[in-house]
Amino acid sequence: MSILLDSSTRVIVQGITGREGGFHTEQMQSLGTNVVGGTSPGKGGTKHLGVPVFNTVADAVRATGANATGIFVPAPFAADAIMEAAAAGITLIVCITEGIPIQDMIRVKDFLRGYPQARLVGANCPGLITPGQAKIGIIPQRITRPGAVGLVSRSGTLTYEVASALSAAGMGQSTIVGIGGDPVLGLTFRDVVELFEKDPATTHLVLIGEIGGSDEEHAADLLAKGSRLKAVAFISGRTAPEGKRMGHAGAIISGNRGTARSKEEAFRKAGVQVAETTDDIVGMLS
Amino acid sequence: MKLLEYQAKEVLASLGIAIPPGVVARNPDEAASAFARLGPVAVKAQVPVGGRGKAGGIKLARSEDEARRAAEQIIGMDIKGFKVPLVYCETALEIEREIYLGFTVDRDARANILMLSAKGGMDIEQVAEESPQSIARLYPNPWRGPLDFELAQLVYDAQLAGLLRPLVALIKKLHRAIPELDALTAEINPLAVTKNGDVIAGDAKLEIDDNAMWRHRDLEEKYGGVLEGDPYEVEAKKRNLTYVSLDGDIGIIGNGAGLCMGTLDLVQRAGGRPANFCDIGGGAKAEVVENALAVILMNPRVKGVLINVFGGITRGDEVAKGVVTARNNLNMKLPLVVRMSGTREEEGREILKQNGIEPGVSGWEAAKKIVELSSPLVGKPGSTGRDGAR
Repeated sequence: MSILLDSSTRVIVQGITGREGGFHTEQMQSLGTNVVGGTSPGKGGTKHLGVPVFNTVADAVRATGANATGIFVPAPFAADAIMEAAAAGITLIVCITEGIPIQDMIRVKDFLRGYPQARLVGANCPGLITPGQAKIGIIPQRITRPGAVGLVSRSGTLTYEVASALSAAGMGQSTIVGIGGDPVLGLTFRDVVELFEKDPATTHLVLIGEIGGSDEEHAADLLAKGSRLKAVAFISGRTAPEGKRMGHAGAIISGNRGTARSKEEAFRKAGVQVAETTDDIVGMLS
Repeated sequence: MKLLEYQAKEVLASLGIAIPPGVVARNPDEAASAFARLGPVAVKAQVPVGGRGKAGGIKLARSEDEARRAAEQIIGMDIKGFKVPLVYCETALEIEREIYLGFTVDRDARANILMLSAKGGMDIEQVAEESPQSIARLYPNPWRGPLDFELAQLVYDAQLAGLLRPLVALIKKLHRAIPELDALTAEINPLAVTKNGDVIAGDAKLEIDDNAMWRHRDLEEKYGGVLEGDPYEVEAKKRNLTYVSLDGDIGIIGNGAGLCMGTLDLVQRAGGRPANFCDIGGGAKAEVVENALAVILMNPRVKGVLINVFGGITRGDEVAKGVVTARNNLNMKLPLVVRMSGTREEEGREILKQNGIEPGVSGWEAAKKIVELSSPLVGKPGSTGRDGAR
């Protein structure tokens, strides 16, 4: 078992004929991901990497029954690509693209309210992987192995770092979800923790957070209500310099939340162990 | 992109919002002639950061001489790490009351939030803490913007009924900065109410989303480059690198923001102080590593460099060769510790060792190593870390 994604998930890639899209589609295929097609406007009717290419997501869904997508289109077109996927009935939308304007993402979030069955991961994220079964995105499968640790993270390379350490120690992963570091994003720590909680194959949980925002605090609130998962959290950026602030608007709404200290405190209160460095995570989990 | 006050006010004026008369002065003579034109003025430091009043960056000038002297004192001053490039001389307002008005992105709600309070001015953060209910809030629909009745409710909630019409009109104008200019923050504090009931922007803060600058090249051309900024950050930007200056003595290169921040934490925990860090993004191509190393070494305070690269698909031996080439091309003599992982990492470490570069197995080991190797050099003046001319 796993969350969100397994070998039966029918995946398309938006931007499959692009350099990044093509490269990572091949990686996804080599793991065994069920890639059923891709989109590239104007190239409908052709084939690429052994799968059919469509002009639009709606065409792809009609022809292939796809239910998940990985988005690799450039930032100016990415918000539209997410909304197109949701409108076409895709239920798992993974947006890898970085640099999407925040106002575009705010409009996307509002649009997605009309499609409650659609789950968005990202944008600006490494995507997700269920080791041994399937992946959407760019997490290298080489560093993962099947197992029972659920891993959710805001940072790309730190995710790899921790996955790699877990795998080396023989602790495989049920699913790894990189939710992305943008201020306005799809699934949150809390959403993903809820999913892991319901997944019988997941017995352990690792959260890798970062300074800023209060998503980590919200996940801690949830865990404080009681959890069956053995959990470790790590927050990066505890010594990062404070951003040079301008204006009061940010402070009015966020108060004291968002610091590494506030996040670590919240996890400790919830009974979650807090790791000082990523090297400590494996030891604390076993 | 954070606009300076005078730039933000120019933008507000272009949206139809009233601002006090004012002119920019780049030197004391220009400040004197601003007085000749406007009469008594506030001479205000232009820096993209709050708290300039408390730092002595705002002075009232009641004569040409005072204006000249104020500009002399303020231009070139350092306010929270920013060198003041110019001052804005603005007619002093006769203010009857101060209101707070601001838009920003509420990360938790994943939406824009609009806030209005009758208790504006410098202490608004205190107001937010002590009586949050006195700040009226609205989440405008991001597709159609705020509607009249929603704004009326907001104004009534803020106990500002007497200013209903001018405030609704003004908020609609300010809101245009969100969809039209990709503003992340658009704040007027104080929003000054004068004796005859006019509402005028006393100060203005405007931050435009860097991810959306491709839609606003005009703003970048007009307003970018006024601030000198950190010379190393400017150089890094030219080379398309993400770079942050800090005040210690160990340079850090990593791939990915999370890993960079994690590495800073490790170095500090090992007792070192990071001088800067450079995020080289995904992968670790040789020329990118060389570029990053060149920028890191520009800072003469750097006494050692730690490179922390996680190679998912990248090959360790290629990263190692890239690092060796970069070090040789730059003729770098300072201690260098490289911690990397990825395919063929063993071969990579071997290549590093053969070339006299210390390989670190874990991030923590590498952090301790670089702190140890660079500590004898810390405090020694002079060397740029590179031999010969640049």
